[in-house]
Amino acid sequence: MSAETPLVEARDLARFFDVSKPLLNRVIEGQPRLTLKAVDGVDFTIRKGETLSLVGESGCGKSTVARLVVGLYRPTRGQVLFEGVDMGALSTRAEERALRKRFQMIFQDPYASLNPRWRVADIIAEPIRAHRLSGDRSDIRKRVDELLRQVGLAPADGEKYPHEFSGGQRQRISIARALSSNPEFLVCDEPTSALDVSVQAQILNLMKDLQRELGLTFLFISHNLAVVFHISDRVGVMYLGRLVELADARALYDNPQHPYTRMLLDAIPDLDMSGRARTPVGGEVPNPLDPPTGCAFHPRCPWANERCKTERPVMKPTANGGAASCHAVEERRLAPRAQKV
Amino acid sequence: MADRPVLEVKNLRVEFPTRRGTLVAVDDISFTIAPGEVLGVVGESGAGKSMTGSAVIGLLEPPGRIASGEILFDGRRIDNLPYEELRKIRGKDIGAIFQDPLTSLNPLYTIGRQLIETIQTHLDMNQAQAHARAVQLLEEVGIPAAARRIDHYPHQFSGGMRQRVVIALALAAGPRLIIADEPTTALDVSIQAQIISLIKKLCRDHGAAFMLVTHDMGVIAETADRVAVMYAGRIAEIGPVRDVIKSAKHPYTVGLMGSIPKVGHTEARLTQIDGAMPRLNAIPRGCAFNPRCTKAFDRCRMERPEPIVVGSTAVACWLHDPAKQEAAGGVR
Repeated sequence: MSAETPLVEARDLARFFDVSKPLLNRVIEGQPRLTLKAVDGVDFTIRKGETLSLVGESGCGKSTVARLVVGLYRPTRGQVLFEGVDMGALSTRAEERALRKRFQMIFQDPYASLNPRWRVADIIAEPIRAHRLSGDRSDIRKRVDELLRQVGLAPADGEKYPHEFSGGQRQRISIARALSSNPEFLVCDEPTSALDVSVQAQILNLMKDLQRELGLTFLFISHNLAVVFHISDRVGVMYLGRLVELADARALYDNPQHPYTRMLLDAIPDLDMSGRARTPVGGEVPNPLDPPTGCAFHPRCPWANERCKTERPVMKPTANGGAASCHAVEERRLAPRAQKV
Repeated sequence: MADRPVLEVKNLRVEFPTRRGTLVAVDDISFTIAPGEVLGVVGESGAGKSMTGSAVIGLLEPPGRIASGEILFDGRRIDNLPYEELRKIRGKDIGAIFQDPLTSLNPLYTIGRQLIETIQTHLDMNQAQAHARAVQLLEEVGIPAAARRIDHYPHQFSGGMRQRVVIALALAAGPRLIIADEPTTALDVSIQAQIISLIKKLCRDHGAAFMLVTHDMGVIAETADRVAVMYAGRIAEIGPVRDVIKSAKHPYTVGLMGSIPKVGHTEARLTQIDGAMPRLNAIPRGCAFNPRCTKAFDRCRMERPEPIVVGSTAVACWLHDPAKQEAAGGVR
């Protein structure tokens, strides 16, 4: 593997869902098939050891991307490449299995993602057994104890059941389970959204520590821009199934290009009480079943013109070193952003 | 008296009798809200913030009950009123907004019918007057084409629009006090900002007192005039929002503020408070926060701190007791 090959790459990734009514209803009511384009052409790369975050509001397709990357959904179009190998084109189960154990996923709801009938030690050991990494009971036990310590729990906790733990502790168990097959790449879908802020801080710190110690690569999905800013090296902003901007975290927050990114940043409550002026943006995310023509953001965009209504913008390099898909940015007709302190 | 508080809560205690003993969800808290003021009540899950809100509007779920203390609305006690009398106040003088707008609206009736029903229950208006007021309310909360939308059903509105309808319902009878429990939590960030600015504007325009219960310090910072930080059923710190956020005095508030990731700050790690909030059946002796507090000393483990006035805020922490030095043991 050359130094330039990214660990994970998504190429024109798309996933459509058929949400039509049953055939009989369609015939009687004379309605056509309905396709929901949850993700429609997303490209990104993740380098080894870095954290890429995808951020956006409900329904923008960020969780669908996470599921596509780990293979829980098959892409309708496009590919996911792991070290340059197309995951959809693997011919044998063995090849697939070898690749699969190198990545894991952490889910949002620590109540739903742990089997309530299993002891914690068995939950954590499941990936070890599933991937046949070890068959030796005492070896597995030793590994589970080590993992429990690594995520800040005690080895004795392995004998308990999930209901004996709080939300934050359950999320630690999820992380221990994800780490048990020694993965290189973790996909985290809103891992702290269900947690209180002080517990969220514990989990975010833990994830950063583990990343440093184990050299992990993260794809991090969240709707919370402040959390994303804290944890990420690079950030992709999604809107209605497409990436609208992708840049280094610092550059994105200091010098956001796309009007939607600016709007999201302005909507973050101001905890420094600096009295920063906010530009309120009206409107809501449109119905994804019937997305606007051209640029999907144009009905809410203060800089939209005729071109935005008809021509869909593509990702182009921007002044902040990233890329954005916006005609107004490309034509340099955006007003400079109100300076924030 | 012009500046008499709309709501005054004195030494409120909410208990849940269970087979294994009584759980105290809200323990001896006091606060007031003045007309036109927004009081934020913030805390993590299990802090008792929602319970406080439910107690004030008399909607505690049994077996929960108010064990002691008083709730005064406009100087009149409402915690011991018979159900029917409280019902007249609730809805007319006290409006409520809950987290999930879908559960607050009846899916079988148009929003117009629900608004008009609420208006006619509490105000003496005929159908045409009530209809006109309903349209006007919907316009006020920013629903486009209100005259047409009034005949729509709740499911025909998006989440943000539904929450606006719920706010219109809460305002229908011109309440003096509005209690909102996590009104923006179910909404996306861009919609959240819209609802926050709407709430602020309405409070200003109507001069109503507002009790905003939330877990989100950001929402508090944007909306509230004063804030009460709750921990394990008690108020840890209460004061003007700027003072509490900028120079928190209680170690819990300090930790809480440090644990919130902030855009533009590049510290590698967040401040974390180790451990978790105690369960209601295992609240530690003395200050409930002492096992997690880095500054706890002997007195904190023995004696429960009462609010101590420091400048414009009141802090329930022995660190701020002028007589601290006389107490046994030093800091740390």
